[in-house]
Amino acid sequence: MTPTLTATEKATVSIEIGGMAIALRTDDASFERLIENRYAGFVGSSPSSHSEFDIDLYEQSEPTSADEDLEVKTEAGEWLLRRGDFRARWNPKTRQGHVRQSCNPYAIDCVLRIVHSLILAREGGFLVHAASAIRNGKAFIFSGVSGAGKTTISRLAPPDATLLTDEISYVRREGNRYMACGTPFAGELARVGENCSAPLCALFFLEKGPQNRIEPIGPTEAIQRLMRNILFFADDAELVKLVFQSACEFASLVPMHRLVFVPDQRVWDIIR
Amino acid sequence: MMAEKFIARSKAIAARMIGGEMMVMSAADSTFFTLNDVASTIWQAADGRTPLSEIVDGKVCQEFEVDRERAQRAADRFVDELSQHGILLVSDHPLIDSFLESR
Repeated sequence: MTPTLTATEKATVSIEIGGMAIALRTDDASFERLIENRYAGFVGSSPSSHSEFDIDLYEQSEPTSADEDLEVKTEAGEWLLRRGDFRARWNPKTRQGHVRQSCNPYAIDCVLRIVHSLILAREGGFLVHAASAIRNGKAFIFSGVSGAGKTTISRLAPPDATLLTDEISYVRREGNRYMACGTPFAGELARVGENCSAPLCALFFLEKGPQNRIEPIGPTEAIQRLMRNILFFADDAELVKLVFQSACEFASLVPMHRLVFVPDQRVWDIIR
Repeated sequence: MMAEKFIARSKAIAARMIGGEMMVMSAADSTFFTLNDVASTIWQAADGRTPLSEIVDGKVCQEFEVDRERAQRAADRFVDELSQHGILLVSDHPLIDSFLESR
């Protein structure tokens, strides 16, 4: 017999990114299907989750805008997240949250990015504007601002490389090493990454140039460039300090280089 | 006679020694500074109680063999720049701990 939902029952979809499950509860079957499709490959079956969000949907007829500036702040121990197309709150102690949004995937995508970045900041990890891939059991991150070549290097990846993301890389600390994990946060390729992870071998800052070469980069410049590409949404001094310390720790353990590349497949010959 | 300057490191910063260089970041506006040896010495001596002139005399001139006038001018420029970003706090009287805690 097919289970049916009464007005008070909510379906739960658990989204697992970086090994961390976040449960989304909704009583709207079409939204449930939408997020299951949007996060295909990242829908988990784990009975326990790090945090749980109740999602209330409002009618699309209400005026909304995803272009409005994002605001992330703390108030009475809760994180308040606000943009034109959603309002959300999350209590990091109780790990309960609430989202009010229209029936679209972009708002919940933004909430998930913010919540993961807040959780990772306390654990020495971060989300970073970067493509990433696994090759020969080792993960490589390719960081850069829009136009630097994240999509290009992802598109050029050889068949033996597993693409983790072409847009937002997930970096988690595990003892004295870092893991790069796949994310469903896609860029121009509009392709969800693989839900797997590997020890991080190197981070490259992308620059297009006349030939393929890996160049050294000083630690202070590397940290500054990394900080520019790490996603942290909140205007919160303590959080900024945590992210800075994470970037410094990362720099002490993971080699960072400049990767100048010609946009063709041969660039992958030097990434091993 | 010029008023004495007292300088203290703001609490709203993150700092770390990386590869022999002191990196300082403002948590307020995410501005980065990489301090050279002289600036690092002043930074580390900025306890809110020692006058800047004493830091220049006792630390900078002693450690870097630079003449006093030049060292004082460089120190003033450094302090002005970092104070504009809220990284260093400057006062004409000693900065007490309770004041620093609030910054």
